[in-house]
Amino acid sequence: MALLDVSNLNVCFGLKSGLVKALYDVSFRLERGERIALVGESGAGKSILGFSIVNLISKPGFIESGSIKLDGKELTSLSNRQLRHVRGKRIAMIFQDPMMTLNPVISVGIQMVEAIRSHTPMSKKDAKKIALDRLAQVQIPSPELRFEQYPHELSGGMRQRVIIAVAMILNPDIIIADEPTTALDVTIQAEILELLKHMCEVCNVALILITHDLGVVSRIAERTMVMYAGRIVEEGPTLEIINDPQHPYTQGLLSALPQMALPGQRLNQIEGSMPSLMNHPKGCAFHPRCKYATEKCSNAQPNYIYSGISTVACYMVEDMLEEFSEYRDL
Amino acid sequence: MKNTPLIQLSGVEKRFDIEQSWLNEVRINKGKISRKKEQVHALNGVNLTIQKGESLCVVGETGCGKSTLARVILGLNSLSAGQIHYQDQRIDNLNERQRMLFRRSMQMIFQNPYASLNPRMTIYQTLSEPVSFHNPQLSQDDVDYKVAKLMESVDLSPDLSDYYPHEFSGGQRQRISIARALSVDPDFIVADEPLAALDVSVQAQVLNLMMDKQEERGLTYLFITHDLTVVEHFSNRVAVMYLGKVCELADTKTLFKSPKHPYTQALLSAIPRLDNNSIQPIRLVGEVPTPFNKPQGCVFQARCAHANDRCKIEEPKMVLQGDTSSVACHAVEEGRI
Repeated sequence: MALLDVSNLNVCFGLKSGLVKALYDVSFRLERGERIALVGESGAGKSILGFSIVNLISKPGFIESGSIKLDGKELTSLSNRQLRHVRGKRIAMIFQDPMMTLNPVISVGIQMVEAIRSHTPMSKKDAKKIALDRLAQVQIPSPELRFEQYPHELSGGMRQRVIIAVAMILNPDIIIADEPTTALDVTIQAEILELLKHMCEVCNVALILITHDLGVVSRIAERTMVMYAGRIVEEGPTLEIINDPQHPYTQGLLSALPQMALPGQRLNQIEGSMPSLMNHPKGCAFHPRCKYATEKCSNAQPNYIYSGISTVACYMVEDMLEEFSEYRDL
Repeated sequence: MKNTPLIQLSGVEKRFDIEQSWLNEVRINKGKISRKKEQVHALNGVNLTIQKGESLCVVGETGCGKSTLARVILGLNSLSAGQIHYQDQRIDNLNERQRMLFRRSMQMIFQNPYASLNPRMTIYQTLSEPVSFHNPQLSQDDVDYKVAKLMESVDLSPDLSDYYPHEFSGGQRQRISIARALSVDPDFIVADEPLAALDVSVQAQVLNLMMDKQEERGLTYLFITHDLTVVEHFSNRVAVMYLGKVCELADTKTLFKSPKHPYTQALLSAIPRLDNNSIQPIRLVGEVPTPFNKPQGCVFQARCAHANDRCKIEEPKMVLQGDTSSVACHAVEEGRI
């Protein structure tokens, strides 16, 4: 049994102008200790997916249908009180801006002790010991000093380390990291990614990394899911997807990166921009921007098929596979 | 085209006073009362020449003075010391009226297209204002024609000219910013992280547009960014900054092939690459220093693995290397790296 099993998840937002759908039939599985990445541009729904796993989407958003199972236990039907035992303890989250996540008027140490004591009955002294241990584990020099300090006294990278320590403090099964390095400098980003990977390996924690940076993905995740307009369009092993992307959107996304072109050459660009949630196109959501689009694409949503490299939802790939199998039969 | 300097910076320094109440500034030292002002040293003696027609990229960490450099060149901030020359004319000591002549030839594209366009002005108003201000002799029809041409040149339909900025997407807004910068036909454009707020596929659109415009108009760019993959793709030369100083200046190819300064090496090893994951990022030890108090010796020595006693006392100077790059590092100079 998979650690986390999300199937046919639909998330909607009830707005004045009507119901707006943000996630369309999202299904995926996560095994224990596995690291997967959710990639896509802003507005693709990656953060919504991350938030809805722990049911953190705020009103007017709600889970319309679908199931999220953690170790076989349904999460969508839990009450807020029951969810509190899951959030932080079984599934922890790391957010983009560490300054927003840490409470600026409480010292780092007290925040860590608080996190432990709200989930497990433990004396303050024991909790402090664990907290100091964790701070040392995330390679923070002189943890005793940092324990007493306030978030504004730490640098950006240091703050994100503290956040990782807080997320790891109760030995969760899953960590959901929403753009954890976007606010950081390149050199610090590399350190934090290395640390996150290391901590996940040591503690056997599964990681869902939400990011828009494909370079980051290749460094950390074993499996990648590419999202476009609320749907997963391609899913498979990271290296294979990067080397041989199947879905036209993934191809476009990769070839738009400056490192894929020769210096001074024009970059391949995807014309247009992602549709807003309000006017989701009929059929495949990518077809207005897709250079391979046919009439079929604008009529119906393609099903997921396995291309031999990744699981893709695209008629072009489907047709190609069919052609290939006919050729093989001859 | 090569080797005609357009802009020359010599010994440029910029310090900002930290606003404090005077009580915080008072110090008692050996029975004497003195008043000490704290300053942020944003730029500590930058020497840089921007050649005509090139795109020079400035890279570095947050707080290293990249944006301040852009702002002092354009005269948005005054200098604390040093000189800036545009072609042969000194421009850092001009008054507002004299500077106006140079505003036409130097323009800026800002980081956040959501904040840099006036939300109460239509695109037509945004684009026509600089055109008619700097060309008072133009008739209304000429201005209209020029605005339409500008919009076309950045792949926007002129029909959209009566729309407001909030009706456009981020990429379109950044294109409008580019059109506004081009509206006065400048020679030199400073782009301060123009891609940072944009998505990957839109970044490609904007980057392509900037490269096309350079080819069409022979523009000179000063491109400020922290994304090194963009640097490798876009620029001719790179200046690496650390704590208000340029620590390495080289052709893009040379820099990416053989980075010399220990900081540049660490920076390049940290790029998240798609292909080879075998390169281990070089870990920099120690805290990122703050620009509050200028450190003695080399600015990088606290985090440098190759630092020795000389680095702690003596400030390294830019030294020209065999492959035309210049590096400010004692270790490179002595051949220790």
